[in-house]
Amino acid sequence: MAVVLKTDKITKSFGGLLALDEMTLDFREQEIVALIGPNGAGKTTFFNNITGMYTPTSGTVEIFPPNQKSVKIQGMKPNLITELGLARTFQNIRLFGNMTVIENVMVGRHCRTKSHIFGAVFQTSSFKREEKESVEKSFALLEMINMSHLAGNLAKNLSYADQRRLEIARALATDPFLLLLDEPAAGMNPQETEDLDQLIVHLRDELKITILLIEHDMKLVMKISDRIFVMNQGRLIAQGTPVEIQNNPEVIKAYLGE
Amino acid sequence: MVENIKKSSIIAVWFIFLSFPLVVLRVDYIDKTIDYRWHNILWIGIGAFFISWVWRYFLKRKNESDKSSEGKNQGTSASTSRFQVQKIFEHKFALLGILIAAAIVPQFMSTYQTSIFITAMMYVVLGLGLNIVVGMAGLLDLGYVAFYAVGAYTYGLLNLHFGLGFWISIPIAGVLAASFGVLLGIPVLRLRGDYLAIVTLGFGEIVRLVLENWDVVTRGPSGIPGIPKPAFFGVKLGFAGNMTYLFYIILALVVIAMVATRRLQSSRIGRSWVALREDEIACQAMGIDTTKAKLAAFGLGAFWAGIIGVFFAAKSSFVSPMSFTFFESAIILSIVVLGGMGSVLGVILAAGILILLPEYLRFMADYRLLIFGALMVVMMVFKPGGLITNIRQQYTLPKRNSKEELAELHSSET
Ligand SMILES: Nc1ncnc2c1ncn2[C@@H]1O[C@H](COP(=O)(O)OP(=O)(O)OP(=O)(O)O)[C@@H](O)[C@H]1O
Ligand SMILES: [Mg+2]
Repeated sequence: MAVVLKTDKITKSFGGLLALDEMTLDFREQEIVALIGPNGAGKTTFFNNITGMYTPTSGTVEIFPPNQKSVKIQGMKPNLITELGLARTFQNIRLFGNMTVIENVMVGRHCRTKSHIFGAVFQTSSFKREEKESVEKSFALLEMINMSHLAGNLAKNLSYADQRRLEIARALATDPFLLLLDEPAAGMNPQETEDLDQLIVHLRDELKITILLIEHDMKLVMKISDRIFVMNQGRLIAQGTPVEIQNNPEVIKAYLGE
Repeated sequence: MVENIKKSSIIAVWFIFLSFPLVVLRVDYIDKTIDYRWHNILWIGIGAFFISWVWRYFLKRKNESDKSSEGKNQGTSASTSRFQVQKIFEHKFALLGILIAAAIVPQFMSTYQTSIFITAMMYVVLGLGLNIVVGMAGLLDLGYVAFYAVGAYTYGLLNLHFGLGFWISIPIAGVLAASFGVLLGIPVLRLRGDYLAIVTLGFGEIVRLVLENWDVVTRGPSGIPGIPKPAFFGVKLGFAGNMTYLFYIILALVVIAMVATRRLQSSRIGRSWVALREDEIACQAMGIDTTKAKLAAFGLGAFWAGIIGVFFAAKSSFVSPMSFTFFESAIILSIVVLGGMGSVLGVILAAGILILLPEYLRFMADYRLLIFGALMVVMMVFKPGGLITNIRQQYTLPKRNSKEELAELHSSET
């Protein structure tokens, strides 16, 4: 299958700390990839470097959007990277708390719509059409995560699990081909985690997008991942299918210590 | 109980101590004696004791109601329907108020009263403009008065040198002020919160100092006199007629600004501003160009200030740097904060309170600032969200085919 994102020796250092050390890996079309590793391994830092939050100290990140030319994106502004088709959620939930659930999703439509001050003030027909379309698309996404009945609630009043799922819907609203989820199951109970893994599989199979998943819940990771990358102390120490990873001595050592 | 008495007593003693030199001692310069007014201590003590008691009582009640509402709000649908009711209410209420004012004020009130109402409405528009920057986009701008000044001087100078009229100056000043807004916005893009506030405060002062010292162009501290009022289709109106005419112009501006703000609030760009206020990092991650969003907010906010600047110049027929001090920025900001960040009706209400009340309470003019300050402190403690909490636009799923009917049912339950 075609590669959608490739990193080549990306390195990130914070002062003396080498948070990422020559990470070279790739993700392919329509697969669920998990990125695992002990706390402080550099997983979130890896996300931040490919989504433009940080600029890598060295190395390149190249994406291959479907039906488009490839683009090198290291050091680009995050909003441009999102426009190119990478969307993400955050480990520490970052919803727009004082906006409603549906508005949060509609904000995600921002980069796929055009109307500006003029259209809004004069309620032009193209503005109304676009607005209606945004509402419809956003409701459809909320239905997908079974949250359309909460559309009018403020995001800050949602339960923890709902907030995490809303972040996913908001990210999906940007029409990504690659979705990066940073610990989406954190704080969820087993039932909610179950729903989440069905949702993630649904995204891969029905929406045909690639999902990169950072997760500490090994049961979830082993169950749904097509491939797994393991990091420790900023370095990639193993990659392979769930079965391969489970039996990899390097990985066991990293997790259990010497 | 005993605890409360002890606390209030301590506060009373503290206040007695603080106010001792002011209320007890009086130096008689002629007799060269010091007059001790001991009875005042009693009043201060009793007053402080009483106020602190009431204060603590309301604080306690507030904490209790906060706690109970926290529990209820967990994703219930009841809150949704309450929001909707308030939304409709707010809109109707504001429009009704405006219509009544429009019918009554200029006909039945003296020119002086009309003039006061005009001033209040000017601050409504200024408040709505700053509301875009501070309330919606969350950019704390303390130099808003600069754009007001740009507008006023645009009309003053264009009229002085080129004889341009009121109506043509309005769009010119609006655009010019907006450009200034964008221009001043560029260097502060990276700043937030306190830092942004300090830098914008500086900008406001710089603009005023330029106006004061660049004599050749601005005529310095002496200002520009004799700025004409708008002509009514070429007809010269008398003094009272002029006021009435200005009243209807500013009323129209208020309505336009209100409608525009409301429409912007529930639009793509308005949502991007609120998202920016709520979380800048997430906002950017959603594909929003935060640079553009910020500059648009600064520009549009300044646009309204520019227009009202022209109006101000016409109304007072005189502009000088004296009118554009930091105090103006502070008043406008107070209107936004007191009204409730982002709320249209809140701004109207707050402008009414902050501008009209002091006018009608002239007999206690000496204590105006004191009351003003006390009011702000009380507000921030008991209703930090402002008089009227901003209510978000509600969206419902437009009717589609039968498959979605089920979902429709879902959302109509709320
Ligand atoms: N902005 C930063 N400045 C300095 N050091 C940082 C910064 N961000 C991350 N680090 C450091 O980089 C290392 C990797 O952090 P990172 O957050 O990527 O870990 P992680 O794998 O996501 O861990 P967790 O599973 O706990 O989320 C840590 O040692 C962290 O302290
Ligand atoms: Mg992390």
